[in-house]
Amino acid sequence: MYDKGKVVTGLAVFVIIVTFPIWYNVSGKERVPNPQLPKDVKECVRDAEFMRRSHMQMLLDWRDEVLREGKRGKIEIRGVKYEKSLQNGCLHCHPSEQKFCNQCHQYVAVDPYCWDCHIKPKETN
Amino acid sequence: MDVKRRKFLKIAGLSAAAGIGAPTAFQMLLTGSANASGGGEHGGGHGEGGHKAEKHASGGHGPATTGRQYGLVIDIKKFAEHKGLAEKCIDACHTEHNVPDYGNPKDEIKWIWVDDYEHAFPEHSHHHKNKELEDLPVVLLCNHCAKPSCVRACPTQATFKNDDGIVMMDYHRCIGCRFCMAACPYGARSFNWRNPREKYANGNYKFFKKGINPEFPTRMRGVVEKCNFCAKRLAEGRLPACVEAAGSTGALVFGDINDPNSEISKVLNEKYTIQRKPAAGTYPSVFYII
Repeated sequence: MYDKGKVVTGLAVFVIIVTFPIWYNVSGKERVPNPQLPKDVKECVRDAEFMRRSHMQMLLDWRDEVLREGKRGKIEIRGVKYEKSLQNGCLHCHPSEQKFCNQCHQYVAVDPYCWDCHIKPKETN
Repeated sequence: MDVKRRKFLKIAGLSAAAGIGAPTAFQMLLTGSANASGGGEHGGGHGEGGHKAEKHASGGHGPATTGRQYGLVIDIKKFAEHKGLAEKCIDACHTEHNVPDYGNPKDEIKWIWVDDYEHAFPEHSHHHKNKELEDLPVVLLCNHCAKPSCVRACPTQATFKNDDGIVMMDYHRCIGCRFCMAACPYGARSFNWRNPREKYANGNYKFFKKGINPEFPTRMRGVVEKCNFCAKRLAEGRLPACVEAAGSTGALVFGDINDPNSEISKVLNEKYTIQRKPAAGTYPSVFYII
C-alpha cells in the first residue's frame, strides 16, 4: 500500500470530524432548555405535557375558531377565563420571548414566524 | 376507390375522437352545466353569504337576504359640514389596526381613505355637477360585498366571508399573489411591498409614527390587507372604530342590513342612497347618501 501513513492519518481525521458531534455531546454537559415559567400563575389552559407537545396545533385551532368560525368567546378552565389569543392571551403569563419561547425553539431548531406580525410585550413601547 | 393508408388513418382517428367526444358534449349541453359552472359553484363553495344567496334566489343572482350582513351608510354631506371628521375616522382606524404609513403613495396601505366624487363614483360622474359635490371628499373603505369578487379570486381562501357578512382576511394564509386586488372593483386592498415593522437604528418604528397598538398584530411583508369592519370590536359589543370616531354626527350609520328593525335598515328605507359600481354585481354593503 502506497502512502500508508498519509491514508491512515487522513482516515483518522475524517472519522474524528464526522463523529465530532457525538464526542462533543458526550464530553460536555447537555444543554437542556429551561423555559422560565410564570411565578404567580400555576395553571395553564392545558397540562404541561400537552402544551409541550401540541401548543402550536392549539394556537392554529384557536386562530381558525376565532377568525373563521367567529367563536371569539373566552374559554374557561378551572374557573379562570382565558382569551383565545397569542398576543392577548398567552403573552399575559409568558411575557418574555427570550426566556420562554426561544428556550425550546432554539434547542429543537425551529424558527416560527409568529413575531413577524404579532407583537411581543416588550416591543410595545 | 384508392385510399392511401395515411388518409384512412386520419379519417379513422377523427371519427373515433368525434364518437367519444360527442355524447359527452351533448350531455353537458342537456344538463346546462357548461353554462352554470361560472356562477353557482364557486361562490357557494367559498363564502357563507354567497352560498345563502344561491339558495335563496332561484337564479343564483342577488345578495343574501337571510343571515347577518353588516353594512355602513355614509352621509357624505356630513363630512363637508364637519371639517376634519374624515381624517379623524381614518386616524382612529389606522391607529387601532396598526396600519403603516409609508409616506409614499406607491406603497400606500389604506383601510379607509378619501377620494374625489368622480373617482369614487365613476358611473355617476357627469359634467356640470353642483359645486358642492365637486369639492366633497368621499370616505371609502372595503364594501364587504354580499358577493365579493375578491373571495372568489383568492386561491388559498385567505380571504373569506364570515357569518356576519364581513369579508375577512387570514394573514397566515395569504401568499401575496394579489389576485384579490385585481378582482376588487373598489381598490379596497393594499399590498405590503415593504416590511411594516422596519426600524430606525435607534429602535423606533419607521412607519408607525404614533407607536403600535399592542392589542392588534401588524402585518408582514408580502401580504394583502384591508378593512375588517372591526370584527374584534364587534365581538366585544363595540362599534367599528370609524363609526365610533364619527360619534353623534350621524355621518356613519353601522348595522345589519338584513335586519329590518336595525337603525341602518331604517335609514336605507328613508333615504335615497347610491352604491359604488353596482354594475360590478358584487352587491356592496356600503351605501352613500349624496
